Amino acid sequence: MGQLSGPTDPTADAGWPADRPRKGFFTDTSICIGCKACEVACKQWNDNPRDGDLELTGMSYDNTVSLGASTWRHVAFVEQGAEQIAQARRSGRALVDLGMPTVRSAAPSPAPAPAGGTPPDVAPVDTTPPDTPEFRWLMASDVCKHCTHAGCLDVCPTGALFRTEFGTVVIQPDVCNGCGTCVAGCPFGVVERRSDGTAAPTTREGQRKGEQPPVPKRGVAQKCTLCYDRLLDDEIPACAKTCPTTSIKFGDREDLVAVARERVAELHAQGMTEARLYGANDRDGVGGTGSVFLLLDEPEVYGLPPDPRVCTTDLPEMFRRATMAGVGMLAGAAIAFLAGCR
Amino acid sequence: MANADCIILMGGNMAEAHPVGFQWVTEAKARGARVIHIDPRFTRTSAVADRHIAIRAGSDVVLLGGLVNHVLTHDLYFREYVVAYTNAATLLGEDFRDTEDLGGLFSGFDPRTGDYDPSTWAYAHPDGRVESTGGEEHGASASARAAGDQHGSGGPALEHSTVLRDDTLQNPRTVFQVLRRHFSRYTPEMVRDMCGITLEEFEYLARSVTENSGRERTTCFGYATGWTQHTLGVQFIRTAAILQLLLGNVGRPGGGIMALRGHASIQGSTDIPTLFNLLPGYLPMPSAGLHDTLADYLEEVASPTQKGFWAYADTYTISLLKAWFGDAATADNDWAYDYLPRLNGPHGTYQTAMDMLADKVEGYFVLGQNPAVGSANGRQQRMAMSHLKWLVVRDLNLIESATWWKDGPEIASGELRTEDIGTEVFFLPAATHVEKAGSFTQTQRLLQWRHQAVEPPGQAESELDFFHELGRRIRERLAGSTDERDRPLLDLTWDYPLDEHGKPDPEAVLSEINGYHVTGPDAGRNLSSYTEMKADGSTACGCWIYTGVYAEGHNLAARRVPNGGAGIAQTEWGWAWPADRRILYNRASADPQGRPWSERKKYVWWDEQAGRWTGSDVPDFPVDRAPDARPDPDLGGAEALAGDDPFIMQSDGKGWLFAPTGLVDGPLPAHYEPQESPVRNALYPQQQAPARVLFPREDNLGAPSADEPGADVYPYVFTTYRLTEHHTAGGMSRWSPVLAELQPEMFCEVSPQLAAERGLETGGWATIVSPRSAIEARVLVTDRMRPLRINGREVHQVGLPYHWGVGTDAVVSGDAANDLLGVALDPNTQIQESKVASCDVVAGRRPHGEALLRLVRDYQLRAGATVGTDSARITDPARETVEPDPGDDEQGSVWHTRW
Repeated sequence: MGQLSGPTDPTADAGWPADRPRKGFFTDTSICIGCKACEVACKQWNDNPRDGDLELTGMSYDNTVSLGASTWRHVAFVEQGAEQIAQARRSGRALVDLGMPTVRSAAPSPAPAPAGGTPPDVAPVDTTPPDTPEFRWLMASDVCKHCTHAGCLDVCPTGALFRTEFGTVVIQPDVCNGCGTCVAGCPFGVVERRSDGTAAPTTREGQRKGEQPPVPKRGVAQKCTLCYDRLLDDEIPACAKTCPTTSIKFGDREDLVAVARERVAELHAQGMTEARLYGANDRDGVGGTGSVFLLLDEPEVYGLPPDPRVCTTDLPEMFRRATMAGVGMLAGAAIAFLAGCR
Repeated sequence: MANADCIILMGGNMAEAHPVGFQWVTEAKARGARVIHIDPRFTRTSAVADRHIAIRAGSDVVLLGGLVNHVLTHDLYFREYVVAYTNAATLLGEDFRDTEDLGGLFSGFDPRTGDYDPSTWAYAHPDGRVESTGGEEHGASASARAAGDQHGSGGPALEHSTVLRDDTLQNPRTVFQVLRRHFSRYTPEMVRDMCGITLEEFEYLARSVTENSGRERTTCFGYATGWTQHTLGVQFIRTAAILQLLLGNVGRPGGGIMALRGHASIQGSTDIPTLFNLLPGYLPMPSAGLHDTLADYLEEVASPTQKGFWAYADTYTISLLKAWFGDAATADNDWAYDYLPRLNGPHGTYQTAMDMLADKVEGYFVLGQNPAVGSANGRQQRMAMSHLKWLVVRDLNLIESATWWKDGPEIASGELRTEDIGTEVFFLPAATHVEKAGSFTQTQRLLQWRHQAVEPPGQAESELDFFHELGRRIRERLAGSTDERDRPLLDLTWDYPLDEHGKPDPEAVLSEINGYHVTGPDAGRNLSSYTEMKADGSTACGCWIYTGVYAEGHNLAARRVPNGGAGIAQTEWGWAWPADRRILYNRASADPQGRPWSERKKYVWWDEQAGRWTGSDVPDFPVDRAPDARPDPDLGGAEALAGDDPFIMQSDGKGWLFAPTGLVDGPLPAHYEPQESPVRNALYPQQQAPARVLFPREDNLGAPSADEPGADVYPYVFTTYRLTEHHTAGGMSRWSPVLAELQPEMFCEVSPQLAAERGLETGGWATIVSPRSAIEARVLVTDRMRPLRINGREVHQVGLPYHWGVGTDAVVSGDAANDLLGVALDPNTQIQESKVASCDVVAGRRPHGEALLRLVRDYQLRAGATVGTDSARITDPARETVEPDPGDDEQGSVWHTRW
């Protein structure tokens, strides 16, 4: 029986042999060019239909708006002025000063050396803090977090969701009955049923013309599988495969987190103190995530919850209280009974 | 690019339009390189660059010229490299006059024709006379065959390579001193006033570039159509080439100027051209009257007494004719030279469209393009196609060029009625890149083989299958004809081996392109190198620069060792022309003595013991020519190359800071304003490029420029561009639901200031009006656009992606930005100016039907736009001097029509 919160190995907890490394993503948004190739590769590989109504949203270059039943990778675009950049830099630096776990752990690993330790064919890193630019355009590819403690999985009443041998969380559409409990169970708002929220089938398949295969798997919950089918064939996920700048990296989560920490340290050394990790902290509300992100601002800026918390975290407490209440009630009843007998 | 210490991306939006190639920029950046993006807009490239510098569209020569001036005045050039490897020390003839002397013109301009006679730009000749520059061709005919882009694999011909030099660079007639004087007015203040770039920004840029150049470091430039699509686009690139040569950044790892090509094989389609003026391997298409015999032609291509490998153009040409015409090509008939068509004027896409309007063209094949959406002045293109008898469109989808006759904008406006159009339109479905095998040639001249993954659906077929079958049927129909006219078709070698489905084998075509021995002991064996080619008909070769890609019958384009193998040159991935060299002119990566300039930038060097050039790449030099070799220049060809002549395709072995021949609009870059511009040229009295190609026609009116009356009717500058989510005119992306949803609607990008001025809001609609058309677009108000201060006044720029077109078949459609553009061309290349023009922007949607035509007409009338607008060859005859005097009386005549 696995734990309900805190650091753990979810693969082993799920009963898989303990020697299997947990797989995950490291999405380094500092080198994302917003090309959306991940969105397209994901849709192609997973046969996901287009969604949305083919209208310009006006939200910068983002026209798919959020993760959903048919969009399992989503690129956010955020335009910011100097004030917001300075704020992001301050808050990032504060994370270091406070010794938040994500950055503190970076300390033991050697920070990428400035001039001295650089190999001869590598230009020395310019360590002068850059001026705060007047403007920046953040791009970040979001995806299912494949949490250590996955709310969706834990609340699923049918067993449609399961923990794979790669430590990821996958929905079996042929088992799912579309009850939607997992949708509420996900602290990130990732899972969506292919429906419009009522019992009726979805209308989000595009209202205009164009060749479009019939929308499959209506009514059931949908989300990223971390390309479970590809992993079984020793292929890497479609999004990571297609990413031209290696902003999306796939691999063993442990290695990726180490790489991510090095990268944060490197950016801080360059004066980009706005850099911070998201999901790398095993002590956060979901026990850390399989998909780790390097962000350049507060998570909220990207539409991510600042302090995600899996609903099962509270289960022991709830059980304890329920038990106490039950015991109390029993005791009360017993007392009442005994008192009544008297 | 990954080896660069500084990367300047300018005239392009690499992260958005070339995202796959951008991995090398990302890698360079990870190694510590500085990346600067210079663009009118803050784009996705700017977002990941170290710095974005906003520039006014079309003012690039001012900025680059400012950098050249900065490098020269502060003595920041790489002196040893410049003296040894460029023509800086070469003396020019006495008759050359610079823009400094003539008020913005070079010597040799003829205002009646708008052409330059380049004879005064030549090098000084050792015996005092002026060097003749490869024949006496006048600028007009050179431009008519777009001679400027016939040098895609090396420079133009000089009669021979004996030049006068002053290695101290002090003689006022040295190229170096001419350059210094020419660029002296390109000051940081001029950059500020004309480009909208602050002194601080300029200083940062200049410092970044110069500190990252020299022995230890290299800077690389990357550009795309933001440089090429201007009336002086070639000169934009020339300015960067001058800067890179001065800084010693050519022929070295992490240096160079990368032409970021816009499609998978656009480089391939210039190498083996789909252009009217080229034969394979940058051999020019012969012109009627100029090249009537093979001897005339070969003399034009290259003189046998010039230096370098163009001197063997006879072997390349005759091998090409042998590949095409086989046994029918004999010494007696000049290797069937007369089978080649001849140019008798400019037959570029725009002249062809205008010929259609004049009912001179009956039929039209549209393959892999969508002129109804993708070409400038789209209305003119569509009206032109309505004059055809027949039109064949081969594409993946029913693009707008195939449907304009039923649902195009002119049907909506009432200018065309379907029942009146006599054009018979054939749509033939084409196979996609995964449904056919073949090769792509990309930016780095790398051929990459593509295997067929799946069969094409339905009737779709590959270009190879289509043209093979078309040729087969035409030849079948002509069989037995005695008409001389049919001989070239009947004598074509058309005998590719067929597979079980009767389809030709793509590798057999690659083998023919590579070349083979026709006779002799090796008959049938593939050539390994273009140096094996003979001019006696014993070799055949479809494209000399590709020789070696199929050496020994091995398809080297199909090599796919991960990361290209261990070396810095990644030599085990694909195959790079010529001769699998990954960096051109790499002899320049070593100093004149043959030693690497530095350990850090070591690439190709002279191995004293072995007596050979060696290193990480295939040396781009005669492999045993010692650095101190000084053969007699009169030997001609590769034999004449001195040990310090790295530029082996240039006729004097040197990099050209000054182009004594080869360009039709000037030997040095000079800034002129775009054809339409709200800004007065502050550099010279001359407003627009004097030798630009003009089409003063009622369907191609221009907006008044600068302070002319009516200029305020079209007060804003607009620029067109691509987005990552779509592909050019949309044929490959607007029909794909998963791409269409990512950018579903045509939009315009405006600054908050312009939005306030015109009452625009994000998500609302705007109508953009030019003298050609009016289109509507959704509005994105963004800080990524900002007004620039130019010469003391504010200039607003409007961004317009050009992916949408009017039709009913695509998943998404919309108004086409290119409908707004007029047609004015760079005379070197016949490429249109589509990156900058004038417009007005008003809130709300555009009118429809006849009301739309009225709106456009009202604007034209208010602005006073006529066919004479922007058509003067010389802006201010009082302040500009024409020299030498062309000797006629019609000087300064306006709106002279060239064609």
